[in-house]
Amino acid sequence: MNWIEIKNLQTVPLSEIPRPGIDEFRNEVIQKVKSGNRLVQFFGNKNSDKIILYAVIADDDVAKLFVSSMEIFPGGAYNSITPDVPSAHLFEREIFEQYGIKPEGHPWLKPVRKGIAGIDKAETQYEYFSMSGDEVHEVGVGPIHAGIIEPGHFRFSCHGEKVYHLEIKLGFQHRGVEDLFVRNNSRIVYLEKLAESIAGDTVIGHAETFAGAMESLAGISVPYQVKIIRAIALELERIAIHLGDLSALSGDIAYLTGNSVFGALRTKVINTTMAVCGNRFGRGLIKIGGVNFSITQELSDKILETLNKLDDETVLAAEVLFSSASVLERFEKTGIVETEVAKEIGMVGPAARASGVAIDIRSDHPSGAYEYFPHHKLTLSTGDVFARAYIRFVEIQQSIKIIKEQLQNLPETAADKTGGGLNRKEIILKPDSLVVSLTEGWRGEIAHVLLTDKSGKIERIKIKDPSFNNWFGLTLAVRNEGISDFPICNKSFDLSYSGYDL
Amino acid sequence: MLDLIKLIKHHGYQAINDIRKAKLMDTHRGFPVIDEAKYSGNWQDVADCCPVKAISLNPVAVDLGKCIFCGECEKISNGAIEFTNEVKLASSNREGLIISSGNNYDIYSKEAVKSKKEIHKLFGRSLKLRQVSAAGCNGCEMELGACGNVNFDMGRFGIDFTASPRHADGIVFTGPVSKNMAPALLDAYKSIAAPKIVIAVGACAISGGLFAESGQINRSVLDEIKIDLYVSGCPPHPLTFINAVLDFLGIK
Repeated sequence: MNWIEIKNLQTVPLSEIPRPGIDEFRNEVIQKVKSGNRLVQFFGNKNSDKIILYAVIADDDVAKLFVSSMEIFPGGAYNSITPDVPSAHLFEREIFEQYGIKPEGHPWLKPVRKGIAGIDKAETQYEYFSMSGDEVHEVGVGPIHAGIIEPGHFRFSCHGEKVYHLEIKLGFQHRGVEDLFVRNNSRIVYLEKLAESIAGDTVIGHAETFAGAMESLAGISVPYQVKIIRAIALELERIAIHLGDLSALSGDIAYLTGNSVFGALRTKVINTTMAVCGNRFGRGLIKIGGVNFSITQELSDKILETLNKLDDETVLAAEVLFSSASVLERFEKTGIVETEVAKEIGMVGPAARASGVAIDIRSDHPSGAYEYFPHHKLTLSTGDVFARAYIRFVEIQQSIKIIKEQLQNLPETAADKTGGGLNRKEIILKPDSLVVSLTEGWRGEIAHVLLTDKSGKIERIKIKDPSFNNWFGLTLAVRNEGISDFPICNKSFDLSYSGYDL
Repeated sequence: MLDLIKLIKHHGYQAINDIRKAKLMDTHRGFPVIDEAKYSGNWQDVADCCPVKAISLNPVAVDLGKCIFCGECEKISNGAIEFTNEVKLASSNREGLIISSGNNYDIYSKEAVKSKKEIHKLFGRSLKLRQVSAAGCNGCEMELGACGNVNFDMGRFGIDFTASPRHADGIVFTGPVSKNMAPALLDAYKSIAAPKIVIAVGACAISGGLFAESGQINRSVLDEIKIDLYVSGCPPHPLTFINAVLDFLGIK
């Protein structure tokens, strides 16, 4: 057997992970993906003088994950799998950057996070693609952008107004997050807070994913009410960002009513999150083994009232937005990512679902409260800005419904601010183990893989924000579009820089 | 068309009328009040629980330049450090962010941010700022963005964010300043014509926050950038930012 079969959040001893030879491993990964499975993670871990490469592949139809590994010396080489499995392209670049292992035949072996600002000449420097010919020109934007957003560099190769290729150079935000997790692996509170800061717009998503992995490694099962509160927080985060994006998309096409109305609706949602945990982004809510705040009956009634109003107001605002000719003219048939392309490059989340790729961790690999009710995947087929905007609207409605149902399931318990009886010093992780934790954040699949050493400390954490999968989707979406359509294409994806740069 | 009118009518007027007096809900973690007598246990445990090492002892003090307002110390000290919902969390100097039991919010909120006559004269009626995210996680960035939305409407005071440093009177930076963003931050700062102001927003920008000990950040560029206003929070609430700037400009 070349694979071990596990489930989301199932801890497995490292010794049980098969280790085929390099060629066999490579063929296995290609075979698995070509037969319809999805590459979730592909990363390295240093083990004495060797590097072990791990691949995690998901079979979304049957809620299974497959893990395999291979070993190679630092500075070694193997035949790249990217030509066969395009979704591996960034993972292989990352492994090359971190361990010097060269995937031979990789089409664009460029830096991911290092050497991008030209500071250290010893690092592999980033070189752009270029286009030549009459009247061809390039437009460079960033790292500092015009709006109040994170930094990154975009380079458009254009002919007139038409974009032939967009190259996205990221890495400016690199803070060494994975390294900080490992170096501070005995400071549990610090790790909880660090997980909240992987991407500040996905506080709940990343905090839950990390907490889930730690709980699995420590053998802690969380109470039902904790699962419900976490699910409610996750859905509130989804609603808030989707509303914010509908507001920003409206702003980008100068539809100011939408900009104001959706913006004001978002405020109501993040204020609801603040009512629960004291922070508009949900910081401080999740802890390993539980939550720091509970939802009382009084608060539950208030949330219900807010959501009922929000539901009506969102429908009213969305109906006006999506029936306005000037809006549709900009959204429809703009920035198309075809279904096959989205699948091939490994897109996830609402952006993938808007292109007709039905992936949703809440129903494919459910954990927490999602194990207790059926979650229906919503997909659209056109893959354009319209689809990526409209899917936000339908997902908002779906999330409102989920929260309303879950509030009714919430057992009445007194507020627990003391730590639920769980002393963080008592968290003992299983040694020499691996766990894969998947969560459907608002942007899509968040995947954390944790490996422990022989003393039960985190030895390696591999974090994947959905942005890591989806940035390339944006590159393909703007091809052959006018450069002026870039802002709405970008906003329809709304990807994270810090989640990618780590 | 009728739906649009209905929508606009329903939307109504959303702005907070008096930004200076607006209160946040009780759950919000803002200005900390310290009462050492309330906790009889070992204060070292309280200091150790802080993920960003913001608590110092003898006397007990919380450094708002590091604090991420997670509330862990409030739980472990049984409320001896208590986060109130008060929003004024800024200071004109770094030391002013260190709060001990001697600090009273009424006084702090009036005195921590110093306003100078020349600043009021230059920027009191119009202040254009350029925002630079130097490895911010998007938390501070979203809250700064929210300052201009229909609820907070910072534009009413003549304070706006511009698209270019060339059009700006000052810079607002967020994030711990990654190695890769340090040169760009300095470029943006140098591109602004003097006289200019610098505002550091959020625990990361002020002290490096959770990332202070990372090998991937480079805060040495800040030696060349004089910070005029420190705004605490993780992220600071829009009311915190707007009030800080208004105080700094000497606007009542």
